[in-house]
Amino acid sequence: MPKLVVDGKEIEFKQGQTIIEAAKEAGNTIPHFCWHPSLSVSGNCRVCLVEVEKMPKLVIACSTLAAEGMIVHTASEKALAARNAVMEFLLINHPLDCPICDEAGECKLQDYAYAHGVGESRFVEEKTHKDKRVPLGPNIMFDGDRCISCSRCIRFCDEIAGAPELTFVKRGDRVTIVTYPGRQLENPYAMNVVDICPVGALTNRDFRFKARVWDMSANKTICQGCSRGCNIELWVRNNEILRITPRQNDEVNSYWMCDHGRLNTFKFVNADDRVDGPYLRREGSLAKVGWDEAFAAAASELKQFNKNEIAFIGSAFASCEDNYMLREFALNVIGSRHIDFMRHSDSNFGDEILRKNDITPNTMGAELVGVTPAAGGLNFDGIINSINEGKIKALYLIEDDILSANPELENTLAKLNLFIVHSSNFNKTTTLADIVFPAAAYAEKNGTMVNFQGRIQRLMPAVATLEQDRSLDGMAMSRLDKFGTRFDRWAKGNKRDVRPTWKIILSLSAAAGYKLIRQAQANMAEDIFEIMSKKIDAFKGLDYDKIGEKGIMLKIDVAEKA
Amino acid sequence: MADKRRKKDLTFLERIYIPEIIKGLLLTLKNMLKPKFTMQYPEEKFIPGGSYRGRPVLVQEENGEERCVACGLCSRVCPALAIEVQAAETQREKERYPEKFEINMIRCIFCGFCEEVCPEEAIVMSKDYELAFTSREDAIYGKDKLLVPVHQLKDRIEFLRSYK
Ligand code: SF4
Ligand code: SF4
Ligand code: SF4
Ligand code: SF4
Repeated sequence: MPKLVVDGKEIEFKQGQTIIEAAKEAGNTIPHFCWHPSLSVSGNCRVCLVEVEKMPKLVIACSTLAAEGMIVHTASEKALAARNAVMEFLLINHPLDCPICDEAGECKLQDYAYAHGVGESRFVEEKTHKDKRVPLGPNIMFDGDRCISCSRCIRFCDEIAGAPELTFVKRGDRVTIVTYPGRQLENPYAMNVVDICPVGALTNRDFRFKARVWDMSANKTICQGCSRGCNIELWVRNNEILRITPRQNDEVNSYWMCDHGRLNTFKFVNADDRVDGPYLRREGSLAKVGWDEAFAAAASELKQFNKNEIAFIGSAFASCEDNYMLREFALNVIGSRHIDFMRHSDSNFGDEILRKNDITPNTMGAELVGVTPAAGGLNFDGIINSINEGKIKALYLIEDDILSANPELENTLAKLNLFIVHSSNFNKTTTLADIVFPAAAYAEKNGTMVNFQGRIQRLMPAVATLEQDRSLDGMAMSRLDKFGTRFDRWAKGNKRDVRPTWKIILSLSAAAGYKLIRQAQANMAEDIFEIMSKKIDAFKGLDYDKIGEKGIMLKIDVAEKA
Repeated sequence: MADKRRKKDLTFLERIYIPEIIKGLLLTLKNMLKPKFTMQYPEEKFIPGGSYRGRPVLVQEENGEERCVACGLCSRVCPALAIEVQAAETQREKERYPEKFEINMIRCIFCGFCEEVCPEEAIVMSKDYELAFTSREDAIYGKDKLLVPVHQLKDRIEFLRSYK
């Protein structure tokens, strides 16, 4: 491979790479605003100016191809002087807005001004004034004063989202961003521009002013919006999720995620309608009870039925661990063969970019762990028909609001003699349930899910529960989490009495007099995965460490499964 | 001490002790006749000068609005984590304001860092040192207790400006 020298270090590069790309791969990030690894090169911010020996002038690293034997200095006196000068130019018309700007703390302009600014403004003239607080679309607010005209947002819409909605207008120091006449910034991926805007010019209307970045912790996990399973971070303050941002994974979602995932997959975790503790139906309404009472009630109720009268419905919203334990419980404790799960598909949702028609995160995982009818068992439709015919009298359902998905099921579910539901929130389905177990939401547990590609990825907890502590269970900790006490309102948080489905099922089988797995072997989701990895071919040889933060492809034939 | 002498080295007068006692009593007498400087607190109040660091308060403009823009820097710098700020949007020109601003006076150590870091001169140390609580909850001061009209804080603001 050809080589060039950057800051005295010889590095290899691939033919066709620019200096900035080659240096980045070698771990030397040259300051930049307008360059983005996934977008075309625009070269307008000029911050990446570097000195190349034998070249008469400084060159911009983002558009200069690396060449054999090139000697580049990114921090020489000349390069630094140029960078300082560029920073000074950029700051000439930039408002002193940091105190009221949401970007503060994650702003590249702040960072570089700190590193390269002269610390003082020599500009005594009046700064330009542009429009502030312009809604560019339903979810994005624009502040013209703060924009440094890097064009990242424009290029994103054109090149990634395939929806040209933004453009520059005017010239010189009056240049600003507008949407094309009659259009709004509202493509399904629009909010990614908030993440890539290097300054606070574009802000997320759903999150604006809610919290300072330094008060939150960023917790890695995967999005629940569809079967792609975009890698994301959940930003949590005081045990409440405040926003979602995408996390780079070139195999799955690159740097992006869709707005549906960003906006609609976390609020239910914070919501007031969470099931907090187990509930039993008494005299027609659900009443909160203790765990032991609920387990005892569920175990004795289940014993009232013949094993063929009980059916199980897993969930493509639940993790592999949860589904696996449900299957073990169905087959080995109850002895029923009727187990399946509901498929959720929306033919209007998918596209050629990230979104998939399967709007559940773990369809393939549920299939792989065997939440499908056992030999001679009924599938989902079969179970529904048998309930209507009165052959199946008890139903055990985990983590799926099947009634909201299909309102026609109402009469069927009302026929059941026993309906046990695991749910994170009260919903239409729980209104018909006899016993409701509070299931930990995806943000409250460890687990794995398999996306449409056949890639297994990890869910990692972001929200503490009564039985899951922030620091003991290894969640990301903000400064407030580290130093808060139970007397501080900003650290108390709302911790709910919920448990992951696999754990609830383990306790329930113990209450029914069965030991599904020796208790000592199963304290953590990881232990369940270890058991699965021994029994399920697709998971052979895997563990949580191997799956890691970015997941790993399973050795399965995806086309056949999908 | 230079004149640390053994008992055997003392003079007769020193040994009988009486002149020394008289000297001591004279000093007492002299001070009895001087003007008193004891302050009869709480009947009499101590009013400190502008350099005094009493409890931190928020500056309230003449029009009743707070100066604070809820940037959260005071909360970030506070070594005792005493301050909680929740920002929200307003229609004013500075589009951010503190929907909630609480200082936990049990945590506060009166260091004045919050005042020093504030970009808006919106939080300053007051002259108020009379802080007593009967419960943890009482010690959390919200905006109702924190906002103080700017004219009452002139001393401190002038002091700050003269040292910036
Ligand atoms: S964009 Fe950055 S530098 Fe500009 S006001 Fe916001 S935080 Fe400050
Ligand atoms: S709005 Fe942000 S991303 Fe778009 S041109 Fe301005 S600074 Fe760049
Ligand atoms: S005076 Fe010091 S301890 Fe008290 S609130 Fe301000 S920064 Fe915190
Ligand atoms: S530093 Fe000043 S402006 Fe910022 S939140 Fe504190 S009091 Fe308000």
